[in-house]
Amino acid sequence: MAQITLDDVDYVAGLAQLTLDEATKERLVGELGSILAYMDKLNALDTTGVEPMMHALDMTNVYREDEVIESLDREAALMNAPKTDGAYFLVPRILEGD
Amino acid sequence: MNYEAVIGMEVHVELNTRSKVFCGCSTNFHAPPNTNVCPVCLGMPGTLPVLNRQAVEFSVAVGLALDCSISRWSKMDRKNYFYPDLAKNYQISQYDLPLSFDGAINIIVGGETKRIGITRAHLEEDTARNTHTLGGGDSGVDFNRSGVPLLEIVSEPDIRSGAEAYAYLTALKQILQYLGVSDCNMEEGSLRAEANISIRPVGQEAFGVKTEVKNVASFSGTQKAIEYEIARQRQILENGGAITQETRGWDADRGITVSQRSKESAHDYRYFPEPDLAPIVVDTAWEEQIRAGLPELPQVRRARFEEAFGLSPYDAGVLTASREMADYFEAVVEAKAPPKQAANWIMGDVQALLTYRELDIADCPLAPVELAAMIGLIENGTISGKIAKDILPELMDTGKSAQDLIEEKGLVQISDADELVTVAREVIAANPGPAADYRAGKAKALGFLVGQLMKATKGKANPKLANEILARELGSSED
Repeated sequence: MAQITLDDVDYVAGLAQLTLDEATKERLVGELGSILAYMDKLNALDTTGVEPMMHALDMTNVYREDEVIESLDREAALMNAPKTDGAYFLVPRILEGD
Repeated sequence: MNYEAVIGMEVHVELNTRSKVFCGCSTNFHAPPNTNVCPVCLGMPGTLPVLNRQAVEFSVAVGLALDCSISRWSKMDRKNYFYPDLAKNYQISQYDLPLSFDGAINIIVGGETKRIGITRAHLEEDTARNTHTLGGGDSGVDFNRSGVPLLEIVSEPDIRSGAEAYAYLTALKQILQYLGVSDCNMEEGSLRAEANISIRPVGQEAFGVKTEVKNVASFSGTQKAIEYEIARQRQILENGGAITQETRGWDADRGITVSQRSKESAHDYRYFPEPDLAPIVVDTAWEEQIRAGLPELPQVRRARFEEAFGLSPYDAGVLTASREMADYFEAVVEAKAPPKQAANWIMGDVQALLTYRELDIADCPLAPVELAAMIGLIENGTISGKIAKDILPELMDTGKSAQDLIEEKGLVQISDADELVTVAREVIAANPGPAADYRAGKAKALGFLVGQLMKATKGKANPKLANEILARELGSSED
């Protein structure tokens, strides 16, 4: 298994939109590396004859019927919005295609 | 060099369930912003999505109608990315195990039937709607659309021209509307089409670099955008340039595509199985139950109309364009109207009146039995086709029966020979010139005299009988 590099940490942090200081990055190189090392350990197991696990839940077909129930009132929905005009959540102007 | 275009389509359709895909909020498009929202579709932490059974059944129905295989076992996945329309920072979608896969649609272009492969159709949630017209420096986000069930239908790159893409979209929309699973309203965004377009030298196996055209407001716009894009790419290649892989938007006013963003780095969505939603198992019993509920699909119905009613391929195509149109036609025929007459009236005068009134056939105020009754009155000689045409608008607007209306207006056709003989003699006496012409062998003069007779009877004369009687009177008065 390849080692985790600083570039990998930068890439993953970028995808998660996290800004990390250098010390944290260094720490994560080690931590992420040890997680991958643990995966290597799992990969070393002989799984011949073991049925692949496709999902964490062992139940299937859990549904609700197509019925409308009452929604939140708008005031409550917008209560946590950093910025609102009373109808919309307001966000910094989005340029189409960004 | 000769190039051929390679085009694949991605179509997103909102399924018209009453409630959203993972919560009980209404899917009503016309609600004021952020009134159909709850902690689930607002992406609040700690909420639990529960899948809408109807959304799964609609998706399977579409899969079956597109001749797909249905996955016995499938699951939902998280697709991770950041955008203001996505509160959770992931979209619940399907990645490696879509609900249905490996199907096809038959399209007809230039009289030729062609099979366009369907790669997959998978279920996901729609995102919120952004609006940029509020003024100020902000964009507004409306979460009413967040969580509306969305089916993404991906075609194989089997399409070779803008015209084929148009035919594909039309055929797909027709099937979806027959199934009744979506409004397919492009203006309201319940159907959105994207085209992946590349060109390659004829005979070359490998694909060229593709561009993606999205945000086109109509099927004809999509066709034009594709045609433009093919020409643009050809010109670049012929000048020794290289195509940039990018998303391009269609500028309908200028008739060109415009670069929106280049895909420098491939998106890394880091899909993983959605742990909050149980896997979907569609066993054969469930699949067959859904199959049994499918309506007769457009192609089958069209073929049946040709065969059972003796309609031309064109007429059968027009009359099966929508399920409502086909239902209307069949209801008229069921009410004993001859199929060909029914077809002509519906495609002609009825459709024209509906278009003028901006009504859809589904909302046609003229009941099929009433149209059939009117056609019956023409068939049995009570009224002429001309009179029928004249009264049709009133028939449609008043809801009266044809019988009542013609009696009320005194429009019953004159099929009484004695009465017509009297009028015919008057017409001949009043028009000695044309009468003489006819007698001298100018058969055409008869038409003029028939016209005069119709005028004298205000169009009420039975035209066939009027012809016969005039011809006879012109002959007999010779001696």
